[in-house]
Amino acid sequence: MVGNKEHTKAVIVKDLVKKFGDFFANDHLSFEVDRGEIFGFLGANGAGKTTAIKILCGLSHPTSGEVTVAGYDIYKQRDLIKQNIGYMSQKFSLYDDLSIAENIRFYGGIYGLSRKQIKEKTIEYIEKLGLQAFRKSLVKELPLGFKQKLAFSVAIVHNPAIVFLDEPTGGVDPITRRQFWELIYKEAAEGKTIFVTTHYMDEAEYCDRVSIMVDGRIEALDGPKQLKEQFGAKTMEEVFIKLARG
Amino acid sequence: MKNFLIKEFLQIFRDKRTLIILFGIPIVQVLLFGFALKNEMRDVPIAILDQSKDEYSRQLIHKIISSEYFVLQENLDSEKGIEEAFRKGKIKELIVIESNFAEKLEKENRAVVQLILDASNPNEASVISSYTTAILNSFEREINPSFAGVPMIIPETQMRFNPELRSVFMFVPGVITIILMLVSAMMTSISIAREKELGTMEVLLVSPVKPIQIILGKVFPYVIMSFISAIIILLMAFTVFEMPIVGNLVLLLAESLLFIVMALALGIFISTVANSQQTAMLLSMFALLLPSILLSGFIFPIKNMPVILQYVSQIMPPKWFVIIIKNIMIRGNDFGSIWKETLIIFGFTVFFIGLSVKKFKIRLE
Repeated sequence: MVGNKEHTKAVIVKDLVKKFGDFFANDHLSFEVDRGEIFGFLGANGAGKTTAIKILCGLSHPTSGEVTVAGYDIYKQRDLIKQNIGYMSQKFSLYDDLSIAENIRFYGGIYGLSRKQIKEKTIEYIEKLGLQAFRKSLVKELPLGFKQKLAFSVAIVHNPAIVFLDEPTGGVDPITRRQFWELIYKEAAEGKTIFVTTHYMDEAEYCDRVSIMVDGRIEALDGPKQLKEQFGAKTMEEVFIKLARG
Repeated sequence: MKNFLIKEFLQIFRDKRTLIILFGIPIVQVLLFGFALKNEMRDVPIAILDQSKDEYSRQLIHKIISSEYFVLQENLDSEKGIEEAFRKGKIKELIVIESNFAEKLEKENRAVVQLILDASNPNEASVISSYTTAILNSFEREINPSFAGVPMIIPETQMRFNPELRSVFMFVPGVITIILMLVSAMMTSISIAREKELGTMEVLLVSPVKPIQIILGKVFPYVIMSFISAIIILLMAFTVFEMPIVGNLVLLLAESLLFIVMALALGIFISTVANSQQTAMLLSMFALLLPSILLSGFIFPIKNMPVILQYVSQIMPPKWFVIIIKNIMIRGNDFGSIWKETLIIFGFTVFFIGLSVKKFKIRLE
């Protein structure tokens, strides 16, 4: 977990614009994410969440605006950013036809971990996630919940400063989701910044701060508690509905 | 990079479908084409109309009938009955020897033998006509060793290198080409599309690995597998069908490698267009495999195609590779005679790589 030692903010976004033709997918976004924060990135489907997260991860170029991730400039220091971020998508992004250890070895190898480190990580993960029974099995044989937790662990195998989670809990039952969030908390407590998109509003309650996007713009950004007060709502769901209806 | 190779090989060996495509299909194809085509053209029923009835014409007829390719179905006396015999499908070929055959040969050095073929199956017809021409040529040499040409109708040059007209000689180059195309282009495009479908491609792109490393890591194992596949086909052609490799083996393998790289580049290009394994598969099958089988001249002679399709066949990479292999394997030619074709395939390779790189960049925007 290195990052640029100078940086105090995990993510700084100023006036980020992403246009597809005449359509503003991201319309002048500006926000900052603190180090060690769990930052919830909320919005309806098509609000521009995925576009923004792709830009932050370097999968897509912005049309204009300034973006700094882990203290590095997204235009000039992309390679340094890549070393310092982890990414997990809704698809879990593991190789189904490889075993747990083989997946860890592959992803660890990509990030330049040594053989010894990979071995340690493998033992650590199998123990931590309770995967002893599946030691030899292929990933496709794992129950969904285990798969998801493994995907998260693999995404942080290189101990990145920031982890981007794009709808990591899609299609997973509530109990498994709760277990997953415990995992997230643990990592945040160790100082990792968690940037997570979701459309489960109950999950928004778990975040330190939440931004809500509507039609390419950020309409609200604050702690869940403050947002509920501000909108006079009992749950984040109500906040969201009020915002979405304009 | 090493990581990629290990992972890719693990996946290949674990996926039975992939293994079947890699090794099962080539073997089955070689056997199928080999045996199916091999026995087809024996005992072809023919009719002969000898208008000359002299010594030469009798010798010629004897030579034709005593070959194992033809069975004399009817000995005609006049042109009557020709139509009927053809219509009933009783005969596949009629050989007409013109009157005063021997006399003309001796005095004018020129006589005509007319071959009339049942062309309802054009392939068959062309094979039969070349069988016949082969016999005519050899007859010509017998009676006139100094080779003062008797012009024949329908000359067929290819068989000079394949005197027995063994079909193996024709299909092995074709099968190698198709298999390399199938394995290289289809398998890479599917395997890259699979990474996209599973979302692992995104993760790879987020990681510090360079796109070019991803592509190379994915492609390299298939180079090796395709190469092994090509060697298996050659071995089978050699052992099962006794097809010799007249030319330089190293040159043949080097050209195969170039073709493999070309096909892989094409596969990468397909995968930049296709987002799912199924699209990749369909694209490879219909946009690539079928045209390359049908238009490469492997099964259907390009000469017989409509003009437009002849032009289309020019942009089919397999066409050029078939020419290369035939030149090396059957004719034993050296690089000097195939540099043009090699250059064309090289051009295709550069073209597809360039196109993929461009596409890849656009995707990132």
